[in-house]
Amino acid sequence: MVTLTEVVVLALLAGGLFFGFVAAVGLVRLPDLYTRAHSASKSDTLGAVLTLAAAAIALDTGADTLKLALLIVFMFITNPTAAHAIARAAADQGIEPWTAADDADGAGNGDEGAAGGGSNAEGDGAVADGGDRR
Amino acid sequence: MTLIADALLIAAAGFVIISIGVLYRAVKGPTMQDRVIAVNVVGSNTVVIAALIAAATDTPGALDIALVYALLNFLMSIAISKFTVERGGVL
Repeated sequence: MVTLTEVVVLALLAGGLFFGFVAAVGLVRLPDLYTRAHSASKSDTLGAVLTLAAAAIALDTGADTLKLALLIVFMFITNPTAAHAIARAAADQGIEPWTAADDADGAGNGDEGAAGGGSNAEGDGAVADGGDRR
Repeated sequence: MTLIADALLIAAAGFVIISIGVLYRAVKGPTMQDRVIAVNVVGSNTVVIAALIAAATDTPGALDIALVYALLNFLMSIAISKFTVERGGVL
């Protein structure tokens, strides 16, 4: 027999995994540093908080649940703050945001495969200090 | 109880796979800030994995590890962004 606790934990885990996956897809596929920071700050924070809530419900009540509640509050505050600080440091360094014109220019050297029909090519030309310098 | 423990461990494995996908951006990202954001996401996924393992295997000591890892992850992001603005690099 499936109890109410199991149903709640499974639903929270599924939601957390979904938002973590959305954050990873956005981080890999989006064309720009700023859009990637957007994906990393919001989707990843929500996925982490949902999964930590599932772990907090799965544990028995007590000091462990208090630690997980502290962890949830901490992730909720610090994760968007870190993404904002990194994006602001990038803006201070003069990295230009991605525009639709860069998409037309950079469509020739897209390296992500032709799954998006060429309209979603990586806009590496938008970066101020050149393209791929790995 | 064993259903919950299995579900928590499967979710932890899913977060490991998601982190491997994020490592693509940490390796390839054209600017340094792309890599910092990717490493930050991998770190927060690591915190989630540690908490899930602590809840699944009933080892509350891993929760302390998760708390300290979250603190260090936030400190890494803030320190790198501050150093790149004020000195043009970490070193």
